[in-house]
Amino acid sequence: MKLPSPRGPLSERVVNALSRPPRSHVHLKRTPDRDPADDALTLWILHELHYRGFEDVDERWEWAPALSSVRQHLEEELEARLRADFARSLTEMDLGGRVTGVGGDDLVDVLLALVEAHDGPSLAEHLLADGTTEHAGQLLRQRSIYHLKEADPTAWVVPRVTGGAKAALMEIQFDEYGAGRRDRVHQDLFSLGLSAAGLCADYGHYVGEARLPVLEQNNSVSLFGLHRRLRGAALGHLAAFEATSSLPSRTLARALRRLGLPEEIAAYYDEHVEADAVHEQLALRDVCAALVTDEPHLREDVVFGAWACLELEARTARDLLSLWEVAA
Amino acid sequence: MTPGEEPRVRPRGEVPLDVRPCPGGPLLVRGAAQVSTDDDTWHDTTRPVSAVCRCGASALRPWCDGTHKVLSRRGVNPLD
Repeated sequence: MKLPSPRGPLSERVVNALSRPPRSHVHLKRTPDRDPADDALTLWILHELHYRGFEDVDERWEWAPALSSVRQHLEEELEARLRADFARSLTEMDLGGRVTGVGGDDLVDVLLALVEAHDGPSLAEHLLADGTTEHAGQLLRQRSIYHLKEADPTAWVVPRVTGGAKAALMEIQFDEYGAGRRDRVHQDLFSLGLSAAGLCADYGHYVGEARLPVLEQNNSVSLFGLHRRLRGAALGHLAAFEATSSLPSRTLARALRRLGLPEEIAAYYDEHVEADAVHEQLALRDVCAALVTDEPHLREDVVFGAWACLELEARTARDLLSLWEVAA
Repeated sequence: MTPGEEPRVRPRGEVPLDVRPCPGGPLLVRGAAQVSTDDDTWHDTTRPVSAVCRCGASALRPWCDGTHKVLSRRGVNPLD
């Protein structure tokens, strides 16, 4: 992957800096007019240095200090916004008291209640009922930003947890990476599906057209994965992701077949119906519950991560439905 | 299997079988080789951990496909 085209003054300066060898200092003038998509793409680029990087960027930039303050600033802003929205949302859903656990509520019950209460619009249901092949193609291109690195952000968490949480997390990750079978790696199944559907399967290819909520979905999961401090949020995010995957995947597989898309891309979603029915139980009961037993102070962060997953998916769904002029 | 009836599971050689029901949901099975459906057909597992349907409504039986949640929302999940 090459560096994407900038979307504003900040990403332009960062892209320019990354196009040269690492320096000890990069002068980034403050821009009075901040643009959320410019900020989000900038953070996505800076996170990407830790995954597979860019062909046209010196690999030493990953740990070069010159841009780390920009990354830190953007991450702090993203986290602060999400935490403020989380606090408001808990009050609205009347779940605040249950999150802290002072009432003795079981963590798994709280997470399941959150999943049921936070019911955003469904892109899968729309595609099945009224979607067009253009909608399906656009959804696959947006999803490709994450699915081509599926499970990678969560892999950062493995060395940061212990015992039961670690063993169960590795059961999920092992399955995500094909359970020892080269032809079953989930991110590669998506790649096969994209190619069969006539889309580009190159990693990161569609980031240039990634919508703002899609960039923020990706940025938040990277933020949670890359900071040990946020390991609770990373695993709560995983649990909510898995707990909201089986049924929509089944609907999406049916929708893609209805629209005449190739079997390879429908099969990717078939795989997730069965796999994620297992992962959901493991993530909720073995990973998150074990983590919070070991480290009770992480309980609220687990719920925060789960909420962030649900909320950012709801924002993505509303954004795409409004783009398609469908009432959400 | 019929709703509420526990699925039958055969162990895989020396791997210890670990079977645990999830409240309102599937049976979580580690180390199984085969799981039966109610027509006495045995199905091989390929995953290290499998979720086996207990609500009787999965379209992928014997495996769970999350349908128990739809039943719970309608108030008709036999496991609740």
